[in-house]
This record gives sequence, C-alpha cells and structure tokens, in this order.
Amino acid sequence: MTLPNDPTTRTVRVPGTEAIATATRSSRTPVWKKLLRDPQAVITISLLVIIVLLGLLTPFLTSHGPNQTDLNAINAPVGTPGFLLGADESGRDIFARLLHSINTAVIAALLGTSVALVVGVLGGLVGGYFGRITQSATEWIFSLIMTFPGVLLLIILMPVTRGDYRPTMLIFGVLLAPGIYRIVRNLVLGVKNELYVDAARVSGLGNLRILGRHVLFVVRGPIIIAAAFLAGTSIGVQSGLAFLGVGSIEIPSFGAMIASGFRNLYIAPTQFLWPSLLLGVITASLVLLGNSLRDAFEGAKPKAARIGAAPSTERTAGADEAVDARNLVEIRNLAIAYPQASGGIAEVVRGVDLKINRGEVVGLVGESGSGKSQTAFATLGVLPNEAIITSGSIVFDGQELVGLSEARMRTLRGREIAYIPQEPMSNLDPSYRVGVQLVEGVRSSSSMSKAEAKDLVLSLLARVGIADPQRTFDSYPHEISGGMAQRALIAGAVASRPKLLIADEPTTALDVTVQAEILDLLRDLQAELDMAVLLVTHNFGVVADVCDRIAVMQNGSIVEAGTTLEIFDHPQHPYTQMLLGSILEEESVRADAPPAAVEGDTK
Amino acid sequence: MTLYILRRLLTGLVLALLVTFITFLLLGSSFEAAAYTILGPSATPQSVADLMNARGWDRPLVVQYFEWLLHAVQGDFGVSVYTSLPVAPSVIQRLLVTLSLIVPALLITAVLSTLLGVWAASRGGAADRTAQVISLVGYIVPGLLLAIGLVVIFSVQLKWLPATGFTPLTDDPLAWVRSITIPVIVLVVGGVANLAAQVRGRMIDELRRDYVRTLRTRGVSTSSIVIRHALRNAGSPALTVLSLEFISMFGSSLIIENVFALPGYGSFAFNASLQGDIPVIMAITAFGVLLVFVVNLITDLANGWLNPKARVQ
Repeated sequence: MTLPNDPTTRTVRVPGTEAIATATRSSRTPVWKKLLRDPQAVITISLLVIIVLLGLLTPFLTSHGPNQTDLNAINAPVGTPGFLLGADESGRDIFARLLHSINTAVIAALLGTSVALVVGVLGGLVGGYFGRITQSATEWIFSLIMTFPGVLLLIILMPVTRGDYRPTMLIFGVLLAPGIYRIVRNLVLGVKNELYVDAARVSGLGNLRILGRHVLFVVRGPIIIAAAFLAGTSIGVQSGLAFLGVGSIEIPSFGAMIASGFRNLYIAPTQFLWPSLLLGVITASLVLLGNSLRDAFEGAKPKAARIGAAPSTERTAGADEAVDARNLVEIRNLAIAYPQASGGIAEVVRGVDLKINRGEVVGLVGESGSGKSQTAFATLGVLPNEAIITSGSIVFDGQELVGLSEARMRTLRGREIAYIPQEPMSNLDPSYRVGVQLVEGVRSSSSMSKAEAKDLVLSLLARVGIADPQRTFDSYPHEISGGMAQRALIAGAVASRPKLLIADEPTTALDVTVQAEILDLLRDLQAELDMAVLLVTHNFGVVADVCDRIAVMQNGSIVEAGTTLEIFDHPQHPYTQMLLGSILEEESVRADAPPAAVEGDTK
Repeated sequence: MTLYILRRLLTGLVLALLVTFITFLLLGSSFEAAAYTILGPSATPQSVADLMNARGWDRPLVVQYFEWLLHAVQGDFGVSVYTSLPVAPSVIQRLLVTLSLIVPALLITAVLSTLLGVWAASRGGAADRTAQVISLVGYIVPGLLLAIGLVVIFSVQLKWLPATGFTPLTDDPLAWVRSITIPVIVLVVGGVANLAAQVRGRMIDELRRDYVRTLRTRGVSTSSIVIRHALRNAGSPALTVLSLEFISMFGSSLIIENVFALPGYGSFAFNASLQGDIPVIMAITAFGVLLVFVVNLITDLANGWLNPKARVQ
C-alpha cells in the first residue's frame, strides 16, 4: 500500500553534518552489536528471515502449484486435507499461493529498492560533488520525479509494462529514487566541506576514489535505513497494484489474493485474512526494522520537553542563610548538571557563589564551556529542560528563584531581569517584523496598549542609536545588519527598565567596529537606568572597559573574584594570568578571538 | 514575490510539457495494440495498417504529440477511441470524485497533525510518547488492509455505513459524507502518521532555537511562543510536507477507491490503460500534472505568506 510510507512523496529526514559526525562516531560501537541488543530489531529481522526462507523453500513445503485448480476444493475451509489453509474461489491452495506470493513480494522489493538505490546514489553523488550547473540540473530532475503521483504513472504506463510487476517495479524504483538522492546529495555536500576530502584531494587521489572511499562510507548508514523503508513501500505498492488488477492473473501475489478474498468476504472471510496478515507482518516488520536501524546508526534524536518546565531541583542546606539586603543578586553554592547518555549526570557548574549589588556591573569571565552561560541562564530561569539544579540558591531582590514557578518567573523576567544574547540574528524570530516582536515583549511585561508600546519601542530604538527607527521597526530580521539587530535586542531588553541586565557575550558576534559602540551604549544605558549588569564574556578587554568587579570561571567553578583593578593588577590564579596574558598578546590581532585553551585542562 | 511566482509557474509549465511528452513517447509502442483491440478478432495486418493510417497513428510520434498539445491547450482532449465520447468531461468528473475524498482527508490530516505534533513537542513526556505511538501505528498498518478492515466492521457487521458507492456532494450532502467516511478515515490515518511526526520534529527543532529563549526572557507567554512563534516557523517546512502528502494521498486513493467501488480517477485510469485508450490516458496524465501544478503553486503562495524570506528569493 502506498499510504504513509511512500518515499516518492515522503520527505526523508535529512541528516546534516552533525549526523555525519554521529554516523562516523557511532561506527566505533559496531552497529550490529547495537541491533542485537534491541529486541525490536531482533524480532523483526527474525520474522523477515523466516518469511523469506519460507518463500525460498516453497518447492519443499507444498506440492501444489500457485495456479493449480481443484474443482472439488473450491472455497475449501481451513484444515481440509491437502489444503492446510483452505482453497480459494477457484479451488487454488491458499498455503501454496501464500508461499509463492512471498517470492513475488521479495522480488518486487529487491527490484524497487535496488533501482531506487542505484539511481538515487548516483544522482546524489553527481549532484552533490560536481559544479553548480550539474547540481541544479540533477536537483531539478529529481524534484520533477518527486512531484508526480507515482501510482498514477504506473497505472498509465500499463500498456508499456504490459502490467508485468517486474518492469513496473523497475519504474517504481526510479520514482522512489528522489528520497535517496536527497540523503546522498546532502551528505556529499557536507562531506565535501570536511577537511579530509580536501586533504585527500591535495594528496593526489582522483575524484572517483575520493567519492568511493569517503562519501560511500559515510553514506552507508542512511542508505541501509532507507532501504528498509523502500522495501516496505515497494511491497506495498506491488500489492496495491495487484489488488487493482494490474498485471497477469497468473502471478500469485498478496494483492491478488487479498482481492480474491475481498470478493469472497461474505462466503469465506478467512481467505482474506491470511494474505492480509502476512502482508501486514512483512510491511510492519520492515518499518519497525527501519526505525531500529535509524536508532542504531544515528543515535537518539532530541526529545520533546515541556517548555518552561522549571528545572528539577534538589535543594540542599546552606541556601537558607540570611541574605544581605544590599545585594540585588546573591547566588550561593549553585550547581547545575545534565543527564548523560550513560545514565549518570555530569555537573557543568559547581559551587558557584556570586553577588551583584544594585547598579553594579559584574563581569563573569571564562572560556566557552566554563559554565558562565549556564549560570546566567539559571538566573534568568531559562535553562534547557534537561538541566538539573542539583544544589544552591539564587536570591534576586529578596526572592528565591530556584524552584520558583514558571508563571512567577515569567513576570520577573519581563519586568526586572532582562537579557541580551550573543548572536543577534538567531535571537530574533525570522517570521515577524522587528517592531512586532519588541512590542509583544513590552506588552507581555506591562499593561500598555498596542499604541503606547509601539511609541515606547520607537523611542527606545532611537535611544539605542538606530538612525531610522520606523524603518527598523518595519523590517524583518533578515533585512537588517547584525549590529542593528543587537541594538534592537538591547532596546527590547531595557524596555521595562529592569533592575538586572544579563548580557551574554553581547559583542562577540559583531564586527570589531560595532563592538565598541555597543559597549558604549551598554555603559550609557547602565548609568542612565541605574541597572545592575552581569556581563558574561570570554574577553578581558571588554571587562576592563565596563566592569566594577570580575569573577573568573573555569570548568564550572569560580576560580577567582575581585574588583577589576585587583584582578588586572594582581591576578592570583594561574588561569586568570593565562587569560590576561592571552589578551595582551592577541588583542591587536584578533579582538574577538576566544583565548586559546592552552592550559585550560588543568583538571 | 512576482518573480518568485513567475519562476514557479515556468517550472510547472516545463514539468507539464515534459511529463506529457515522455508519456506520449512511452505510449507510442501501444498504438498498434490499440488498433488490434478496436478491430477485434477479425483484425488483419492490412486492416490494422489501414486503421492506423486513417487515425494518423502511423505518423512520427513527435508530430502527433504536438498536434495533441495544440488541441489540448485549447481544452480539446479529443474523443475516446472506444466510446467516441469527448474525453475532457469524463476525466474532470472522475477527478472530482477523487478530489472529494482527498480534499477533506487532507484538511482533517492537517488539523489533526498540527494539534498532535504541537501537543507532543511542547508537552513532552507522556504526550510525546502517545503521539509517537499513534504515528507508528498509522505507519505500519497498510492502508489497503485498514480500508478492508473498516468495511468489514462498519459496513458489513454494524451496517452503519455503505460498503460501496458514491453520492456526489451536490446530490445529497449527507449521503456524500457517508459514502466518503471510511476512505477518508483510511487516508487520514496514513496522512497523520507521517505529517504529525514531521510537525513534531520541526516543532522540537524550533523550540530549541535561540529566539525562543529570548522571547521567554521578555516574559512572553508560553502559548504565544509555541503557537505564534514556533508553529509559524515550523509551518513553512510542514507545508511542503503537506503538499507532498496531497500527492501521496492522490496515489493511495487510486487504490483505495477500488475497495469501495468509487467511480474515481484510479479505476478510470486503470480501465483506460487496460484498453490502451490513448486519448483518455493522455488526458488523465495532463490533468494529473495540472493538479500537481496547482497544489505546488498553492504551497508556494502559502510559503511566501508564512516565510518572509521566501518572498525576496
């Protein structure tokens, strides 16, 4: 049946370069070992092997031919001597016909799948590896094949195929090819950009050998997965067509048997049952096997999770000590962990203590992966769902944030704590005009009318240094520059005059010339609104400019904290000294380069 | 946007020409067989040659194709070789029967898949597992078997719904609903299995994006983030899947119609092919391509509306 699993029309989930990476990585644990551990794979493979074996052993299992009729046995019930499963309307042995139908199905699957694989893989290699013109030509051809309803074409071409299922399946294979083509082409495009192909090219290997060695190796996982689905689809379509009556009545197949059973439904319902059952088991096994193969080759996909679910917390003592009222934020003994694939959890932040006074600018400095962004997200209450706050407390303005409900947290976030992200473009919703997004934010955290919110946003856009606020307001994110987008995000963040602004690497993704302007803007706004600012950065140059105090993070812990002057004049910790050293060397060359992780691994 | 639509129109036009041309070429070998069928048992090589000559079938295929095309663009698809009736009206009538199955099925599929996919992706946990099981079950049950199973239960056993036959919507809306209920359910089960999984996947990806976090930090409500923002962004790729789903349903319905003896496109195409009725086959192909073309155009327009970037490309 063509229904759900018809890859002529189904978009195949296309793995990107990450999938390439996982495919390569997972090849260390042999795939067959993973499959053997997966009961679904073991059961489906066993069923399929048994069924195929039954088909192969047909001559030994029955003496009846598939079209051999016995007038005495018309509609014979199950268990009639010599007719194990009974006989059909023409007195043909159902058991014998089932066995022969298996062989028809297997041949149909082999033909359809192999044509699809050959055409798709070749098309994908050509379309992905060679130049732009070849690429768009193949793309065009395959999308053309994909948009045509395959079953209709197969019916129309009956005069050409004479209804024989073999040429029909060959044509159907071509119709299935676009799915494979897409997978292969995208993988080739990905692999092409990987260094090892370049390296191979430099070392003088020919184009064909590059394709053969590297691409086909990487591509084999997705192809094996797709083959399972293709086989199921081919069998389904062959049965469907045979059910319609396409093809010779001499060819035993599930479709023809189902059609005959369906005609006889009122007289002998079991005749319909046997072929249906077997066809159902085969196609279901192939789909389930495909799913198991996907898991084995590609690993777990990202899981769905409730948005805004407060991270699981396991609070510990030490959090309830008296809090100093002068501090706007007081983080104590904070630890954040993530569950691992192996079952345990890995702590990415541990024992972090951090205080921010009202109106104070604190720099949180460290390399990527040091846990500084995690600390910031925990304060904002926007940690990913799988994160667990294993211990500690975050007190904001006298209120404990750890374990606070999403609803309470949300009102705090909009009004009192604001956030400026690192990468301005990905932090704007591409589908809405900039102004609309900012107005929505403003109205979520206030009781302003649409018109009031719009006026406020326009004046804020002017305040953050955008020359033509109305134009930016009416632009889509892809129509404005990164610097402009960051200014718009800053405008959105300070709209509610927050008490605390958390800026996560606010200048890293910007051009060097724009970086200084954005820092100036932040400094001005901080003074104007008297906000406290937590500036998360890897760049000591940025910190020196604006921060009152600095905390240095490494491997999830704060290794040193103090006033900016203290840290710059007398860095105590070797890691701080290293970071400072690296900016002095690199500042003139690469102002935005992350400090090299030379001594970072002093675990 | 205009340029974008023009380009898509042009692509569609080329598709239509190419598919009809290739079909015509492939059918070329069966003109003689058609002549034999028409003449019946009394056919002799001479009478067949005369008939082919009289009908112009012995001319070069390319010439014949362009003649067909010239008439087709004026809406003249010729007459059936067997019945001598004009082809176009009967093709349209059969197409409408099939469309009256697919269109409701597609709408229901779109609504159910969106609900299920969004629910699964934004709730996670048990909701997500439920949605995945629903998808899997819909996926592994062959539509043909589901169709027959439902007929056995609801038409044969319970006698709630007619087992076969079709009433046009314009004749009796209620009878129409009853006549399409089971085929539509079958199409929807298969459609939801595929589309809900796609919506779920897109939504999970979308909800992990940076802009979602930024919106959250501004105090924007979860429902607005899920529906206004994430769903809208997931909508554009999901729409492409929906258009492919339409084509997939079209293919499925050709087979399923047969279970219910519906006078749709499938049985029509089957009979025409069996008889080698070339004008009818060509009209069926042309209308099939036209349908695909219209669906793709609607998808492109909707994509342009959903996705501001598509408008400028």
